[in-house]
Amino acid sequence: MATFTLAKALNDGLRKAMEDDPKVLIMGEDVGKLGGVFRVTDGLQKDFGEDRVIDTPLAESGIIGTAIGMAMRGYRPVCEIQFDGFVYPAFDQIVSQLAKVHYRSRGKIKMPVTIRIPFGGGIGAVEHHSESPEAYFAHTAGLKVVACSNPADAYHMIRQSIASDDPIIFLEPKRRYWEKADFDPAAEPGPLHQARVVRPGSDVTVVAYGPMVKVALDAATAAEEDGRHLEVIDLRTLSPLDSGTVVESVRRTGRLVVVHEAPTTLGMGSELAARVTEQAFYSLEAPVLRVGGFDTPYPPSRLEEDFLPDLDRVLDAVDRSLAF
Amino acid sequence: MTLGDIGVPVQSEQSGGPELVQLLTPEGERVHHPDYPLEVTAEEVRDLYRDLVLVRRLDVEATALQRQGELGIWASLLGQEAAQIGSGRALRPGDMAFPSYREHGVAWCRGVRPGELLSLYRGNDFGGWDPSETNLGLYSIVIGAQTLHATGYAMAMQRDGGEDASIAYFGDGASSQGDVNEAFVWASVFNAPVVFFCQNNQWAISEPIEKQSRIPLFQRARGFGFPGVRVDGNDVLACLAVTRAALDAARTGQGPTLVEAYTYRMGAHTTSDDPTRYRLASELEIWRLRDPIERVKAYLSRSGEADAAFFESVQEQSDELAGQVRSACVDMPDPHPLDIFTEVYAEKTPHIDAQRDGFAAYLDSFEGVQH
Repeated sequence: MATFTLAKALNDGLRKAMEDDPKVLIMGEDVGKLGGVFRVTDGLQKDFGEDRVIDTPLAESGIIGTAIGMAMRGYRPVCEIQFDGFVYPAFDQIVSQLAKVHYRSRGKIKMPVTIRIPFGGGIGAVEHHSESPEAYFAHTAGLKVVACSNPADAYHMIRQSIASDDPIIFLEPKRRYWEKADFDPAAEPGPLHQARVVRPGSDVTVVAYGPMVKVALDAATAAEEDGRHLEVIDLRTLSPLDSGTVVESVRRTGRLVVVHEAPTTLGMGSELAARVTEQAFYSLEAPVLRVGGFDTPYPPSRLEEDFLPDLDRVLDAVDRSLAF
Repeated sequence: MTLGDIGVPVQSEQSGGPELVQLLTPEGERVHHPDYPLEVTAEEVRDLYRDLVLVRRLDVEATALQRQGELGIWASLLGQEAAQIGSGRALRPGDMAFPSYREHGVAWCRGVRPGELLSLYRGNDFGGWDPSETNLGLYSIVIGAQTLHATGYAMAMQRDGGEDASIAYFGDGASSQGDVNEAFVWASVFNAPVVFFCQNNQWAISEPIEKQSRIPLFQRARGFGFPGVRVDGNDVLACLAVTRAALDAARTGQGPTLVEAYTYRMGAHTTSDDPTRYRLASELEIWRLRDPIERVKAYLSRSGEADAAFFESVQEQSDELAGQVRSACVDMPDPHPLDIFTEVYAEKTPHIDAQRDGFAAYLDSFEGVQH
């Protein structure tokens, strides 16, 4: 066992992946000498050289487009998009190119490209630094999308993503980068594309991922004082979506609240609501409720505490669910 | 301030300007260029001629197949044969080519079979060839996106060592795309072994080159920090020599080159387009006199490097190819409905499998329907 911050766990996971496979490359803005603006790639260029940890020109489409070319020749690029709001210039290369290479080549070309994106708000940043773009990518066939919520998952999930032969959008909860936890890096991780029940309960299922898992767990602790037992699921994989774990839980609790920072309209909560309705209709005691960002642009940072779901908004939804 | 004041030349007349590299004039006269010496045997010129004739025939046949409803659409290469055959024949087996969607001549040089080329335009797949077998990437429909792939691929070649190079094909319209400009930046700062081969065919559907650039395209390379050269795109020998030199520079660590092959799209943008709406027939007449095939024929005849029997044999081969193209197209089996679900991911997901099974069961529910 050792203590890691989430950022350091990612750093160690990247280092291990680079040691294990000489084809693994890191590319992005400021990832080399600086070690990334969040220091996730700290020290890697020093140890693996400029050919494997590449400080790129400032052009996101270029980062993903050249990574595709490298992957076509057998490399496994790990691209860093510096902030969530900067991914859009690369949108065509991600959704029209990267996502489709395997399909359009009828499986002849694999695309083992990992795109790391620090996502979500809560750090008092200027605009375009606090967004949650996951639904765009989860909507895109050919991509896989995962989000880690804690240091142990960060370490294992980044390694599993890099080892995957499919392109993976890897979402990092930037406001949790500095949170610490103990874990054993040598322990065998579970499958990448599986949700996890992180707190068992019997009254209401609360699903969250990335930065909102902590909020959901805090809400469950608070609800316990009122004698309400929330079951908290860390979704971990947004595409493919492990709705099976959620449906199984809802069959027991009869109630579901989905929490994310992204606006609720057409978000992950909408898809989960649809699937649970399709697969567990007769188990539901209440409609599926969504707690998320509003359908507005992300507000200036002095308003973000009002925009972002917090413990009270989760508990409010739990109350509404139980009132049915 | 006028254009002259800021040193920006206005787009030159249609001749390509004084910097055009030419080794074979439109009249079929062999000329020499100090920077691009080219030793070619009579047999090599005959082979190039054969390639030019055959890809034009393939193109004509494909256009006919589209008119007969056998292809959904076709993007004709008419007029651009020399640019594609010249550059395509400059490639070595280990080089990697990244085409746009009109590079049938390059595909021909990479050994792609007619059926594999037509299946995309028939709507059966997204290109039937294996990129790793042919060293030809799949066609790129999104304009310019492939230039970044070519650059990344070249960076991978750089890391692998050896003397391979990649080449990106794109057009004058693509030169306005962000991706192409980003590819230029990347290739330049990483000194990547990539050749940017721009076929300036003067038209991006209905938009003339003046809507894309105020300076000749090859001059843009200078601003990115690598050489640019304008070659007569209707001169197969010049395209061969210039591309070979650019590839050699890439192989030997001298980084990227932009080659602007100055040519003309003789036909419509695609079979869905009507160029009479936006350009004059007189322009076409000027370019007809610069036909890429006629000049090679004139040269071969005049020099005595080919006789009537040779031209006859090429004609026979061309007729034979037309038949092969036709049967490869019409005999192509339709794809299976469940092919929709294949190879979405390298590592399968239960969700797609479930959708596939559900759709299969739905299809089975129709009595008497086989699939």
